[in-house]
Amino acid sequence: MTTTVPTRAVAPHGASSAPRARRGLSASRRRQIGAAYALVLPFLVLFVAMVVVPLVYAGYLSFYKKKLIGGTSFVGAENYLRALTDPSFLSGVGRMGLFLCVQVPLMLVLSLFTALALDSGMMKLAKVARLGIFVPYAVPSVIATLMWGYIYGPDFGPIAQMARGLGLGVPPFFSGTGIFFSIINIVNWEFVGYNMIIMYAALRSIPTELYEAARVDGASETRIALSIKIPLIRPAILLTVIFSVIGTFQLFNEPNLMRTLAPTVIGSDWTPNLYAYNIAFVNQDANYAAALAFLLGIVIMIISYAVQLGAQRKERRA
Amino acid sequence: MTALDEPTPLTTTGTRTPSVHEDAGDKPRRTSWVLTIVVLLLTCYFLFPLYWLVVASTKSNADLFSSFGLWFADFSLVDNVRTVLTFQDGVYIRWFLNSILYAVVSGVGAAFLATAAGYAFAKYDFPGGKALFSIVLGAIMVPTTALAIPTYLLFARAELTDTYWAIILPSLVSPFGVFLMRVYAADAVDTTLIEAARVDGVGELRIFFTVALRLLMPGAVTVLLFALVSTWNNYFLPLLMLNSAQLFPLPVGLAQWQATAAGGSGAQALFSTVITGSLLSIIPLVVAFLFLQRYWQSGLATGGVKA
Repeated sequence: MTTTVPTRAVAPHGASSAPRARRGLSASRRRQIGAAYALVLPFLVLFVAMVVVPLVYAGYLSFYKKKLIGGTSFVGAENYLRALTDPSFLSGVGRMGLFLCVQVPLMLVLSLFTALALDSGMMKLAKVARLGIFVPYAVPSVIATLMWGYIYGPDFGPIAQMARGLGLGVPPFFSGTGIFFSIINIVNWEFVGYNMIIMYAALRSIPTELYEAARVDGASETRIALSIKIPLIRPAILLTVIFSVIGTFQLFNEPNLMRTLAPTVIGSDWTPNLYAYNIAFVNQDANYAAALAFLLGIVIMIISYAVQLGAQRKERRA
Repeated sequence: MTALDEPTPLTTTGTRTPSVHEDAGDKPRRTSWVLTIVVLLLTCYFLFPLYWLVVASTKSNADLFSSFGLWFADFSLVDNVRTVLTFQDGVYIRWFLNSILYAVVSGVGAAFLATAAGYAFAKYDFPGGKALFSIVLGAIMVPTTALAIPTYLLFARAELTDTYWAIILPSLVSPFGVFLMRVYAADAVDTTLIEAARVDGVGELRIFFTVALRLLMPGAVTVLLFALVSTWNNYFLPLLMLNSAQLFPLPVGLAQWQATAAGGSGAQALFSTVITGSLLSIIPLVVAFLFLQRYWQSGLATGGVKA
């Protein structure tokens, strides 16, 4: 792999032709600008068509309402006001907030612990562990949910079989609170390894000199991990937190598939996304679904922005 | 961030072993058995469902319910595979091919678009460039599923739902890929190299295709892998967009079989089919990940270290 070692951090454009470019735009500078647009354009066209236009269209739809008589009419913020007082939407957002507070810390602590363990050089079979923990990332969430669904099974699942064999009660994987933790377990299983690899890669890029001195002074590995390594990989940790926040509020696949196993426990409004999906496809109310999707996007952006801001403030104080 | 100017670890993480760290110390670190055992137990947890899947795939539908879940019974894997491949006129093979088509076309397309755009953002100063890049960066935060319903509504308007395009077009756009490639291009393509080509009279676009593209390849392969995985694993978008079973990718098809099986309307024999179908569907990606370690690790490193 051919990467040239220290290059300038700023993007330098035709720096050597600068003297000529002072009087108007030189031919070479014009060619460069043309080339830049030509390279960006294909992406940009699709970006506008697949991101900007759908958002604008959804924004437009969200201000209209289909009436039984008289067709579609402009209703202003009515759909949004309805969403903000809709117990189904609000309870879904609340449930995901709770999910976020339980699942994300659990997952990231496990990721950080395993990443530090692999990086410590104090482990046998580190490579096997690294691959084994990461491999679930290659498994589609649909398949992950199917597998765990069978494993949780109260009649024939292996856990229930073992529990019965030991004379213990079968764990209530599909009960009201049980399902919450069952899904947390599935999401953790899918993403601990992914986040571990991000953190591990960041750890590997720390120059060893930075903690060699501490080691010579007799600092323990735990101490080095807590006081030197973790602060140095803060940007990577922040990235995993933000991706996790975005992922959590969009939760759909796992609960949607678990519904077939626990239909009475997971309602059609268990997550905001599930609810928006049902509004759009079961109730056929595109206008209200658009408003819900928009609001959900706004909630996610506010929270991930708040996380970033909080992290920056902490960094400044430190 | 001290790591910013040191791209070497990013590209070699896959091949570096703990010995690099150990070389720097005076005495080799002693092995901690407690740590080793704890982490290996965790590894067992992550491999456990996959082990269960392999065992369950070898069982007939009856054994699935009568034998112990974590050990083998009569070996029926061959029968199960035959059923998966022939059930409903072999629609599973169709789903498999669809998945490959969606993932490869989206992956290659997304990687190429992101590479060209990322290179331009990194190496050219052009009017509006910074503003455009910030907009693209902001779009990373736009939740994909919140975007899926609006995209569906728009495609329904354009009568593009229930076509291959409905899956491929949205998957071609990877704002995170553009971000990754911009970071990567800043280091991987030396500006003096571009200058030299210019002095030789090589056109700007030819510089990109003949000089830069080769240097950008490792980064581009990373973006390709990620786009490939996310399209291969995608469930929500195809669930919204597609009605015809002939167009389904694997996750949507398998989920439908599972729903039929769980519905239990005389279709009990489907359970072993769903399980074996699941196993077959994850083999390509798991194998690809094992062989292409170097690429996904360097990609995740770039994202994590430089963000």
